[in-house]
Amino acid sequence: MTPPRLVRTGVLAAALKVLERDLRLAIRRPGQLLQPLVFFAVVTLLFPLGYTPELDKLRAIAPGVLWVGALLASMLALESLFREDAADGSLEQFLICGQPLVGLVAAKTLAHWLLTGLPLTLMAPLLGIALGVPVGAMPGILSSLALGSVTLSLIGAVGAGLTLGVRRGGVLLSLLTLPLAVPVLIFGARATELAIAGESLTGPLYLLASLGVLGATLAPLAAAAAVRIGLE
Amino acid sequence: MNWAWFHKFGSPPHIYRIAGTLTPWFGWPAGALIVAAAYAGLVLAPPDYQQGDGFRIIYVHAPSAWLSVMIYGVMATAAAIGLIWRMKVAHAAAASCAGIGAWFTGVSLITGMLWGKPMWGTYWVWDPRLTAQLVLLFLYLGYMGLRSGIDDLGRADRASAVLAIVGVVNIPIIRYSVEWWNSIHQAPSVMKMDRPSMPMDMLAPLLMMLLGFTLYFAAVMLVRLRAEILRRERSASWVKEALQ
Repeated sequence: MTPPRLVRTGVLAAALKVLERDLRLAIRRPGQLLQPLVFFAVVTLLFPLGYTPELDKLRAIAPGVLWVGALLASMLALESLFREDAADGSLEQFLICGQPLVGLVAAKTLAHWLLTGLPLTLMAPLLGIALGVPVGAMPGILSSLALGSVTLSLIGAVGAGLTLGVRRGGVLLSLLTLPLAVPVLIFGARATELAIAGESLTGPLYLLASLGVLGATLAPLAAAAAVRIGLE
Repeated sequence: MNWAWFHKFGSPPHIYRIAGTLTPWFGWPAGALIVAAAYAGLVLAPPDYQQGDGFRIIYVHAPSAWLSVMIYGVMATAAAIGLIWRMKVAHAAAASCAGIGAWFTGVSLITGMLWGKPMWGTYWVWDPRLTAQLVLLFLYLGYMGLRSGIDDLGRADRASAVLAIVGVVNIPIIRYSVEWWNSIHQAPSVMKMDRPSMPMDMLAPLLMMLLGFTLYFAAVMLVRLRAEILRRERSASWVKEALQ
């Protein structure tokens, strides 16, 4: 006997559907998925060319290079976060589907992190090696970038929502989100610096985690409000 | 409780009249205070034992730095009121704050640089408070950019209001994170509750200047608010009557 088919409704089920949909859409366009990663690699590898090939000097600037590169690459993928869904009307369906928009926006943000933040984090050690970062620092780099990129995606979602109504919002999006990302950059680069120096990085990691918690609590609300305004 | 007085603030002609009446009440005291404080600060106050006469730039630098932050608070409050009660006048007030705030942030940065040259030996150091001011300037520019980037006025109002509120949550975080990042700025010398480390004859002109600058901001903001209201209501009939 087959059990009756359960139709799950509720914000969690809807959010999972949105997440699944976003991931599926992204995987069907692998080229777009790779763009931020390639961008990250190119930006990072410009520094040895533009500054110096000496690994000792590169090691000193590696935290800043890795974090700025990751920040810009994550920003690059933000523009498409809501834009296509706004253009084809999916966002309006989100609005009228009866589920709280906050949950759906949070799911889209999570999808953005899974598709850019996480791959960027996983790629950072590889680029770190190119900058002379010792292998012992890799767990520190991975953990700090993993934590920090969550907050970057959350801040970015607010910016992407706000620039929905702007015709060519790419530059404006960076102008809005980069100042807000300053704390993440500071603590992230500090954690990476400590990891490279072989010291304990729990302090900045805790701060990154607390920024992430604060962002996860408030940013989806702001992003949902922004999307709502953008669709009016 | 009777909320009629509050709802009256939503009426553009009402605010236009009130702002016009209030402007001189802020403007003249502001002018008098600034002139008096400038005389007291530049002539009467003794030179600093370490910085000589160079410290006197504080009488412009500190008030503008104070205003740059305060105006953001005023702007975000007005924006929140506009967002919550859908009050167009509040959005107009927020819009008229942004330019002044950006201007004072710029003034505090430039005077800080000019002060840094004789004291630190260089125009720019990556000092936390200078850096935080720079970030604040970008926040203002982002706000103004977003406002001008959206064509529809109502949407521009609400989107920039959300941004202003997000910024208010972020400003303290940015300040503290930058503080931990790097510090050589002199410790705050005015806002110490127990005993200011500044003698009274230096402090009094500074406090006068602070008040004068704040009143000046209020006056300029009211003038700009009137202009903003006229711009928004240009097709309304009361504007034609008011301007005749």
